[in-house]
Amino acid sequence: MDQALKRQLKVVGGRESSTARFRPVRAPQNVTLIVENMRCGGCMAAVEKALLAAPGVESARANLSAKRVSALYDAAKTDPERLVAALERAGFHAAEAAYVRDAGVSAQSSDLLRRLGVAGFAAANVMLLSVSVWAGLASDMDRSAAALFHWLSALIALPAIVYAGQPFYRSAIGALRAKRLNMDVPISLGIILASAMSLFQTMRGGDQVYFDAAIMLTFFLLIGRYLDESVRVKAKGAAENLMGLKALAATVIGADGKPRRVPARALSRGMRVLVAAGERIPVDGRVTSGTSEIEESLITGETIPRLVRAQATVHAGTVNITTPIEVEATATDEGTLIAEIARLMRAAEQGRGRYVRLADRAARVYAPGVHILGAVTFLGWMLAGAGWEQALTYAIAVLIITCPCALALAVPAVQVAATGRLFAKGVIVKAPDALERLAETDVVVLDKTGTLTRGEPRLIAPETIDASVLGQAAALAAHSRHPYSKAIVAAAHARGFAAAWRGSVREVAGCGLIAETPHGEERLGAAAWVGLDPSAQEDAATLWYRIGAEAPTPFRFEDALRSDAESVVAGLQRTGYRVELVSGDRPQAVAAAASAAGIKTWHARVRPDGKIARLNALRAQGRKVLMIGDGLNDAPALAAGHASLSPASAADISQTAADAIFQGELLAPILETVAVARRARSMSLQNFAIALCYNAVFVPLAMAGLVTPLIAALAMSASSIAVTGNALRLRTMRLALRPRPAPEGRT
Amino acid sequence: MTALAWLIPAALFLGLLGLAAFLWALRSGQFEDLEGASWRAIQDSERPDAGGETDAERPE
Repeated sequence: MDQALKRQLKVVGGRESSTARFRPVRAPQNVTLIVENMRCGGCMAAVEKALLAAPGVESARANLSAKRVSALYDAAKTDPERLVAALERAGFHAAEAAYVRDAGVSAQSSDLLRRLGVAGFAAANVMLLSVSVWAGLASDMDRSAAALFHWLSALIALPAIVYAGQPFYRSAIGALRAKRLNMDVPISLGIILASAMSLFQTMRGGDQVYFDAAIMLTFFLLIGRYLDESVRVKAKGAAENLMGLKALAATVIGADGKPRRVPARALSRGMRVLVAAGERIPVDGRVTSGTSEIEESLITGETIPRLVRAQATVHAGTVNITTPIEVEATATDEGTLIAEIARLMRAAEQGRGRYVRLADRAARVYAPGVHILGAVTFLGWMLAGAGWEQALTYAIAVLIITCPCALALAVPAVQVAATGRLFAKGVIVKAPDALERLAETDVVVLDKTGTLTRGEPRLIAPETIDASVLGQAAALAAHSRHPYSKAIVAAAHARGFAAAWRGSVREVAGCGLIAETPHGEERLGAAAWVGLDPSAQEDAATLWYRIGAEAPTPFRFEDALRSDAESVVAGLQRTGYRVELVSGDRPQAVAAAASAAGIKTWHARVRPDGKIARLNALRAQGRKVLMIGDGLNDAPALAAGHASLSPASAADISQTAADAIFQGELLAPILETVAVARRARSMSLQNFAIALCYNAVFVPLAMAGLVTPLIAALAMSASSIAVTGNALRLRTMRLALRPRPAPEGRT
Repeated sequence: MTALAWLIPAALFLGLLGLAAFLWALRSGQFEDLEGASWRAIQDSERPDAGGETDAERPE
């Protein structure tokens, strides 16, 4: 085979499995497959069994949480595509996990888990010793035993604090270097000062030993950090799965003229790709031969397919409908649509980088406040005549008590509960600060095609069409992959016709279908195709059916709204949102969709930069925009919005840009997401309030020099448990912002 | 006091044993699929990763 192509495949394809077909290797290969509908233990066993039954598979191990299965197979006997086919036969929708890079993410979460384990071990043992010392205060424990226990605590706690606290120290140093303050600064300071003072007191045989508080603090905070991280890993994995399931294989024509299947990621510029009818085009390129129609609603928002001939430009993600075409890949060219979208997105994302999270905003006020309180305590006791050592001990006790354990758990605990709740409803929250930004939005800008609508046409009023005509047209349409043909077949199916397959049907790109029957020639297609004057027909969304010399019957189509679009829009408006529709589609189509959904403000024929301009105009009015869109043309706007949502059917790049992805046909998850986000915000504030209440009680005690190690340990644990418990209520709480049925009397 | 001389080391040793077990479990990937692990425990005798269909297709 072509040496250059081989080299490219090796370089671009990366993993062995993708090139295994070209270079048979004896060693077993490893492949990870995404299995979408593996939902329970039974499915897990069935997936493993189906793979093991396939020839050439040596082992298979499913991961139910990640919805993935990794298999070891003999590359000489089988390949990933056959494994996917084996799973399809067993009833599972699977795909090779091409873009999956989960090694890095899970490494970080298992690193946190390891530190958590060490901190947990140390906390348990130090508490054991501390409880003895506290009990000893009331009984007859002698000072040498207490000193021994303090030394043992130091021996256990100090290495654990040094090792387990590193995530906080690193983050704090990073923030200080950037001349900022985050929650990790007072945390690190509290932990380090508590340890240092405890060590000093232990050496002098004193009582103010806080090893237990320091290690418990580290332990609790690591729990919060780990939960936060594992939720994010899960969301990231789910988002990658969604994209992986859409990942494509492409048919490349080699230098010898023979077609070969390669993964789409192995494509590079200059390759010739054969795109069969009905296939998604895997690459940006130029048509080199063939004439066909391209459905590109994901790119432009336009639902009516476009006719392409040789030399026309086509984009990755669009669907080739009528006849096979050959495309030369030009994806790396600057100036393509993808390149322009990428440039707009980079510019748009810079604005969002400036967002400061709630916890960090609190830290900006809290950290200086704490340090001032510590300084006041020190100076106050110095002035009151206590020695500098006594004054310093009390000042440090203030810093330990105010060390924001609860404050640092307040937001992550709520985030974990909220994200978990949304995940169960099919909403994948990807960005860590997405919920906070979502809660602040007050304008919703919706895209039309594929977001407000289903993105596929539907036959208008099929009941008005004569049953036999519909049946015959459907029999013809069954031979085509054109969205209109599919709509006719679906309408006929709904009326009880099974689509009968006929031979000798021919499809002509840009025109329609033709078949010879005993009753005469049957035609289904554009106006000109059935002999009408096309200039007399202003509406492009119509097909005509004619048999023999009879008068043609029109079939009109619309892009139907998602079934709950109207009630969701009404629900958003009721909660005070302004709703706008911004689309790249024709004005008539946009106006119709807007009025059907009850949206008053709409803009049609808007290009990607126009969407950003509209968002900027809203921002200039002081509005915070929630952008909801699915197309490639929405991607920059998704990145530019204050927050953004995408349906799971969206283009890859849009899913990447969006803060959260919702699955399913309904729009109701939008309402749920907004409701949970707002609730999460108010619960975070509640948690801050709880944490501050604790401080209000214990800080005066600390300043008065009344805090003992026992009080410090109690305050820490109780406040942490209180905020976590409060956050967990969000999982099951009923939320008021539910979609109610649309008020009667609306059209 | 003398009891402490062996009780504390014993307590620490047991604790370290637990920590070592945890770190071993972590290293061998037992925390990677918590959902699946709970199901594997209640699955029937056949082990899908140790021989596949043999058990199911044996008569009786």
